[in-house]
Amino acid sequence: MTGYILKRLVSAIPVLLGISVIVFLIMAMIPGDPATAILGSYATPENVEKLNRDLGLDQGLVPRYFIWLGNMLQGDFGRSFALNRPVLDEVLDRFGATLILAGTSFVLCSVLGIAAGVISAARQYGFADKAITFVVLLGISIPSFFLGMMMILIFAVQLRWFPVSGMWPIYGDRNLWVLMDHLAMPAFALAVVATGVIARLARSAMLEVLRQDFIRTARAKGVHERRVIWRHALRAAMVSIIPILGIQAGFVLSGAVYIEMVFQWPGVGRMLVDAILKRDILLVQGGVVFIAACYVLFNIMVDVAQALLDPRIKT
Amino acid sequence: MMAFLKLLARNRLALAGLIVIGMVVVLALITPLLPLADPDVTDTPNRFKPPFSEGAILGTDHLGRDLLSRLMWGTRLSLAMGLAAAIIAATIGSAIGIIAGYYGGRTDNIIMRGVDMLMAFPYILLALAIVAALGPGLMNALIAVAAVNVPFFARNIRGITVGIAHKEFVDAARLAGMRDREIIVAEVLPNVLPVIVIAMSTTVGWMILETAGLSFLGLGSQPPQADLGSMLGEARSALITNPHTSIVPGAMILIIVMAINLLGDGVRDALDPRLKSGALSRPMPATTVDRQGAVPAAKTESLLDIAGLRTEFRVRDRLYKAVSGVDLHVEKGECLGIIGESGSGKSVTALSVMGLVASPPGVITGGAVHFDGKEIIGAPYEVLRSLRGRRVAYIFQDPLATLHPLYKVGDQLIEAIQSHDSVSSADARSRAIGLLKSVRIPNAESRIESYPYEMSGGMRQRVGIAMALANNPDVIIADEPTTALDVTVQAQILSVLSDLRRERGLAIIFITHDFGVVGQLCDRVAVMYAGQIVEEGPTAAVLRNPQHPYTSRLIDCVPTLGGGQRKLSAIPGLPPVVDNLPVGCAFAERCDKAHADCRAGPVELVKTEEARKTRCLFPEVVSERSA
Amino acid sequence: MTEAIKLTGLSKSFPVGKRLFGPPKAMVHAVEPLDLTVKIGETLGIVGESGCGKSTLAKMLVGLLPPTTGQIEIEGAVLDNADPAIFGKRIQYVFQDPISSLNPRKTIRQIMEVPLRRLHNLDKTARAARIREIFAAVNLREEFLDRYPHEFSGGQAQRIGIARALAAEARILILDEPVSALDVSVQAQVLNLLADLKKEFGLTYLFISHDLAVVEAVSDRVAVLYFGAIVEVGAARDIFANPRHPYTALLAQSAPEVGRPIAAPETAETELPDPMSPPLGCAFNERCAFASDRCRREKPALAADGSGRDFACFNPLAASQEDG
Repeated sequence: MTGYILKRLVSAIPVLLGISVIVFLIMAMIPGDPATAILGSYATPENVEKLNRDLGLDQGLVPRYFIWLGNMLQGDFGRSFALNRPVLDEVLDRFGATLILAGTSFVLCSVLGIAAGVISAARQYGFADKAITFVVLLGISIPSFFLGMMMILIFAVQLRWFPVSGMWPIYGDRNLWVLMDHLAMPAFALAVVATGVIARLARSAMLEVLRQDFIRTARAKGVHERRVIWRHALRAAMVSIIPILGIQAGFVLSGAVYIEMVFQWPGVGRMLVDAILKRDILLVQGGVVFIAACYVLFNIMVDVAQALLDPRIKT
Repeated sequence: MMAFLKLLARNRLALAGLIVIGMVVVLALITPLLPLADPDVTDTPNRFKPPFSEGAILGTDHLGRDLLSRLMWGTRLSLAMGLAAAIIAATIGSAIGIIAGYYGGRTDNIIMRGVDMLMAFPYILLALAIVAALGPGLMNALIAVAAVNVPFFARNIRGITVGIAHKEFVDAARLAGMRDREIIVAEVLPNVLPVIVIAMSTTVGWMILETAGLSFLGLGSQPPQADLGSMLGEARSALITNPHTSIVPGAMILIIVMAINLLGDGVRDALDPRLKSGALSRPMPATTVDRQGAVPAAKTESLLDIAGLRTEFRVRDRLYKAVSGVDLHVEKGECLGIIGESGSGKSVTALSVMGLVASPPGVITGGAVHFDGKEIIGAPYEVLRSLRGRRVAYIFQDPLATLHPLYKVGDQLIEAIQSHDSVSSADARSRAIGLLKSVRIPNAESRIESYPYEMSGGMRQRVGIAMALANNPDVIIADEPTTALDVTVQAQILSVLSDLRRERGLAIIFITHDFGVVGQLCDRVAVMYAGQIVEEGPTAAVLRNPQHPYTSRLIDCVPTLGGGQRKLSAIPGLPPVVDNLPVGCAFAERCDKAHADCRAGPVELVKTEEARKTRCLFPEVVSERSA
Repeated sequence: MTEAIKLTGLSKSFPVGKRLFGPPKAMVHAVEPLDLTVKIGETLGIVGESGCGKSTLAKMLVGLLPPTTGQIEIEGAVLDNADPAIFGKRIQYVFQDPISSLNPRKTIRQIMEVPLRRLHNLDKTARAARIREIFAAVNLREEFLDRYPHEFSGGQAQRIGIARALAAEARILILDEPVSALDVSVQAQVLNLLADLKKEFGLTYLFISHDLAVVEAVSDRVAVLYFGAIVEVGAARDIFANPRHPYTALLAQSAPEVGRPIAAPETAETELPDPMSPPLGCAFNERCAFASDRCRREKPALAADGSGRDFACFNPLAASQEDG
């Protein structure tokens, strides 16, 4: 197992390099002089010249890439001119908030989605199946930002169950309960779409598995139906559900951008959108590379989980 | 095409989706012709008018613009953006996927590594990066959304293409002189196209959401032009004071996307051939029983007695009578062979005994099965479950598919024991090792830790047999247990089964299509054709002196070793399809002795000799065949 | 020229554990270098169990798989993968799974027209006439032409597959398990059809099957394949009756036969050797009752015994008296 994890970690290196190349190439599409674009309204001749020197912007694409990559490997993601602080500091400051939001949502959507999918498949065409199918369809059709806004309107403004927005109250204690209170609505709004997608795929994966011969074998052995569903079928279905969880984690991270906007959550997503609108290019570039790298590491964990589940993979 | 539309229309939800989205599209198309206020003219004194106000049915927004007009124009823009993004992404992605999947090898490897890199981003990061580089704006958002979705299509379509490129008809096309490019266009593409359509119809809604999302963030359409997303984005600041400005565009997105998703699901269901046959339904824990008429009594005192069994498959409006009135019995320690061609109902008969016929679509519609004197068709699930594996056990055909791929064989054996016997895991484990030894698996102590994929076909089938023996059953029903195996392995498995049977006094029902196997293993044999037993009797007598023309001609069809090069005698025609059986003898069409009487009405299975029965009006003359 | 197919030193290895660049981790030898000839007008049967390399061999013969070493001559000309149009007219292939060898989205007519158009450049009327002729030869009704493959049973689909192979007007057909997916009553129909076609068009067959009785019934000569190598070749009428190689004998004894009591022909619980680590010497030595030390060291070569039988064994079974 350790060997497999090491192998996956090593194989992540080219992927990370690839990610950096893609981000670099996209950023190289910026029209006009890069230094002027990066500096925007801070583009005095001295600033432009300094930036050109630091980032090698006056050189060709290839040397520029390696200068950029070298800087990043040393922890230098550049400097945000709009915020006047290093990009990495800003990203790290905000990453925790995003991690709490997206992590909670991810756990929520995995558990709810799989449970809903299994129940739906086990009760195919029954009432539970129809009800779940309808809710799921609603869930994947509603834009998460609209859902978030409606939740604010109903649960915060009308019913006053939860605070309207933010991660912490402006005044008062910062403890777990306060955090959960603030987290509940955004985490739920963020989880809805992914729950729907996972539930649908879990349902069809379960239906696929339940028709397999080994399920008939389990039944012919006299294994109890509950065990047939939740052990035999679900275990086999997990082989196709787990990769979906990996992909959905990316969707949760993506959706976090909208939810952070709607709920004024102080995360990386909101930072990125603000940075784009302010044309703070280096902050966008650094933030994207950082989050993408984290996502790659997360997907390695998904692969390891898959290998633990399916003995045929460990080769 | 007509069939497709019919299938689509049958799905009421999809039809509703089609109607809704159709109306939205029509409205969006005729928007410029409608007498609407200019969507971009600001009128600040009249801002935030509530819905149903004079001159503004849906009210006005924060700049006093008519919401209805903005909604219509916004819908138009959002639909166009989503559709354009879907078409661009589908075209480019599918082209990449088909090329990678068809050519395979290094081309595939390099392309797919690139695709994997793109998929290593949470999708919005890539879109944000593209918009950051190109600058906010409608076209740039469109490019971003399309680009981000290309890898999804590429990967999906590549998977399908790989499957098709390895199909034998592609090889056949190559041998018929076609070049790669022609094969892609003429052979591969028509088979991939439905998948592309499915992928598109299920993602258009998603694309609309994504483009609306970018606009919501202020990165898509720029003021004053608005799509539904940017309307929502602009309304956000007035959410609490004037919620209607948010609800109007938000609800519209919800309606559009929901309608598209409903339609997309309908399209997928209509195009997916597996769903056409109704195959994608979950088999119930036990076969549905829907018996018409009286429950017949047991005809014999045997251990297992099947009387008048009828099992049907109900697929849509068709009715397949897989088993129509089978009487069988097995004594203690006896081996009964059931022989027949595919579709003769032999497996369905066997699976009906313990309610293991997949249901839906299978339904037991008549007859009774008495085990040890008790009727078990339609018995409560818990009764059936306690019999399964404990007193009546099964061995199935393909041992790779019938063992759970993710559990060790030992655990699967232990589970079989513990399902009926509450013994400690250690005891169950030592019993499992004993079972593996009894089927002559070498190194049973270490083999117990193996996964099925680590074993050869023969070894896996031994595990299948060991599992059937786990609770010392009285009857083992073996459904073509050696068909998937090589002859030398088959010989080993048959010898294991034959020895076990003698040692343990097992009753075996052995289902096969091979006369050689029946001849070697079985005491008695029943021959099935079109869901009925056509002949039954002691194996040696039936094989030496078949009375039903089908039995006799089927034996002649099978070449036996040692006969040398020769012309085989064949039975003309095909077995009847069981959804359209003739009134009379099902074999009459192919029988050279058929008489008008044979077709007139049902032929009964009658006793012809001691212990022999035949379903024929003109049984073969009793004459010793040269063996 | 009396040789329809001549194989010299033909072999195929597959790489295992491919890498993006650089050599693979290991090679598996699916087919060991082998020599074989099929005479014009002959039916050569090839038998072997799953994994013995018989399908790999067949695919190489029609150019669907490039051989690793060796040479294939079809009617005296070296098979050249560059132009399937020329070799498609000489050698054709009938697939095991009749349904999946027909494109589900084309009508039978469209399927039948491809070889006529591509290989023979016939115009529309000539194609229609030719299809009519072929369909008559394989006993298929013309109304089938406008239907789709899923509307046919396995036996009918296999007739269509044979018809397509005939349309190329090849004189040599590779039949890869052509009846193993069919029921016995239909199997006999197809085998008889193949025999009739052979007589009518003077065809040469390479008939691959795992079913000894079927191979014996249709073949003039039979080659027995084990673990990628030919272990015995001889006349169909006596190779199973008087096998010289112990593996051939094992196969013949394993085939279930009415009236013969069940007995495992092998006492040891044996399996096929692992292709990743093939045994030293004769591949069959671990399962063989007659194996000597020499068998465990050296690989026996295929050699003629002078009576028309070739076998690869150091300790062959005795030839029986009436063996001609």
